[in-house]
Amino acid sequence: MWEYTDLVKEHFLNPRNVGEVEQADGTGDVGSLACGDALKLTIKVDDQGIITDAKFKTFGCASAIASSSALTEMVKGMSLDEASKITNEDIADYLGGLPKEKMHCSVMGREALEAAIADYRGMTLPTAEGEIVCECFGVTDLEIIRAINESNLRSVEEITNFTKAGGGCGKCEDKLREILQRTVEGKLEWIKPMEKPKRMTTLQKIKKIEDVLEREIRPGLRKDGGDIELIDVDGDFVSVSLRGACKSCAKSQTTIKEYVEKKLRELVLDTLIVEEN
Amino acid sequence: MELHHDAVIYMDNNATTRIAPEVLEAMMPFLADYYGNPSSMHTFGGQVGQAVERARTQVANLLGAEPGEITFTSCGTESDSTAILSALQTFPEKRHIVTTRVEHPAVKNLCENLDRLTGHKHRVTRLKVDAEGMLDLDEYEEALTEDTAIVSVMWANNETGVIFPIARMAKMARERGILFHTDAVQAVGKVPISLRDLDVDFLSLSGHKLHAPKGVGVLYVRRGTMFVPFLTGGHQEKGRRGGTENVASIIALGKACDLAAERMEDENTRVRALRDKLEAGLLATVPRSMRNGHKTERLPNTSNVSFEFVEGEAILLHMNRHNICASSGSACTSGSLEPSHVLRAMGVPFTAAHGSIRFSLSSYNTEAEVDFVLAKMPGIIESLRQMSPFWKGN
Repeated sequence: MWEYTDLVKEHFLNPRNVGEVEQADGTGDVGSLACGDALKLTIKVDDQGIITDAKFKTFGCASAIASSSALTEMVKGMSLDEASKITNEDIADYLGGLPKEKMHCSVMGREALEAAIADYRGMTLPTAEGEIVCECFGVTDLEIIRAINESNLRSVEEITNFTKAGGGCGKCEDKLREILQRTVEGKLEWIKPMEKPKRMTTLQKIKKIEDVLEREIRPGLRKDGGDIELIDVDGDFVSVSLRGACKSCAKSQTTIKEYVEKKLRELVLDTLIVEEN
Repeated sequence: MELHHDAVIYMDNNATTRIAPEVLEAMMPFLADYYGNPSSMHTFGGQVGQAVERARTQVANLLGAEPGEITFTSCGTESDSTAILSALQTFPEKRHIVTTRVEHPAVKNLCENLDRLTGHKHRVTRLKVDAEGMLDLDEYEEALTEDTAIVSVMWANNETGVIFPIARMAKMARERGILFHTDAVQAVGKVPISLRDLDVDFLSLSGHKLHAPKGVGVLYVRRGTMFVPFLTGGHQEKGRRGGTENVASIIALGKACDLAAERMEDENTRVRALRDKLEAGLLATVPRSMRNGHKTERLPNTSNVSFEFVEGEAILLHMNRHNICASSGSACTSGSLEPSHVLRAMGVPFTAAHGSIRFSLSSYNTEAEVDFVLAKMPGIIESLRQMSPFWKGN
């Protein structure tokens, strides 16, 4: 069982500001079902640039819900400039701290806030433009560098705790170490050596695949009364299940190979092999 | 540190069980008064040795085995490692293992690390399961080759309770001269087992899953099966497992096996009915909920239910407020960032895998407890769904 502070428990059991602001001025949508946590933050901003209301909807564990609740309490009444200075550490501190393995929940809060502010200002987030390093959870190098600098991270394990990067298949570990070394160069004396053996599991690429399914593939299938579900990703093998009208369609194999696989190869990775579960 | 035990509704018996009061009573004298070493020459120690032998007979009786086929170990994991590594050393020229995608980490992670542990490269076939958690015996048959040293397949799955056709699978292995191991940690005490009628060569069990204490296990080794010890040391357990015996816990396990035999019927009638009532009630009162695992080919005490669009840890912590104990296959509860490998192997979609809850009952549960859980769960799920960005209403 996790060691949660009383404040985390309190915010989890009695979350503040659940829901969606009506006619929101800014919306921040981060995370996904596949990743196990997601947060939708909506804010209302007045003429002076003050956040007058903030609400959240969160899918996730206790610390994700508590972080979201804390975040909405913190930003209400703040100017956008003040709010944009909030770090994930501030959110964790507000709750009296989070278990280190759960710091990514506070990072999710900060990301949602940034996304909502950017949405209000009609801007694109610079971190979203970085290069994806962790394919399992879709984390970019810019997000990782930022977390290293802001939270003073000194090991790959810490990067995983804060950003989730490296927490799936573990294949990006070398890359994370390299980014860490590059980022902290000249700032510190030593870097902790690798602590854990490499984990070879399956969440790799899931987020990107989910995104492509949602944006590119589902709308087409739904038009025909069908749907598709991502079941598992194991190395290059992507296992999916067709639903609805697609399930009984004689062309389902063609759909999978010619349509789904082709799209995923084009937009995610050209070595992927899509199979029906 | 403040500890709690009052009024807990304990439905997490696949994680561990309470020590039966009768078991505690049987083991206490061996913690307090009879502290002699079973290997000693004097009567004071020797009588303890006799008590250990009696426990061995009790375990053998529950399994339909001979006392000489029972070796006491420290836990299920040790038994699993011992069996598999013994088989690989017995047939050093064979480099293939057959197992499943849904094994407990005790077998799963061992098989993933065999190359490092044995210094040889091994091929591991991990059998698939279908949406209900069942194996395909044709795939199994095809997987068995001349190079296969051992098959290791769990008797019943810890997360879903799904039971595999061990009798048939062991027979198929035997016909091809392949050793067969089963991790029966979840099955022993819940379903009848008669090893003398089966072609099983190794079977693992763990004391704390059947109302004995933590820290004691058993490895059954069929008489005549070649065996290489895992712990080499003194002559304890006829040289099959070095190390001074965990006497009190062994006595406890013996008693627990007697009790399990007595309660087998209750487990398969009353406990099964409670489980069925709980499951049917949850599925009826909570929309977008579903059972994980085959409906009938399943342990009588286990129910794994997914509640879509909510996350398992959050559910468990709300249940915890009402002193209800259960488990989840969500990522957040496992300490990793991924949901249960068992549910993923079954193709349970992510929408449901993250929100899976495992209820595992025992003969200590009552109908009043089931009713209480049924009264609380719909509200808990509803309140979390109101918070979920993916929940669009029923």
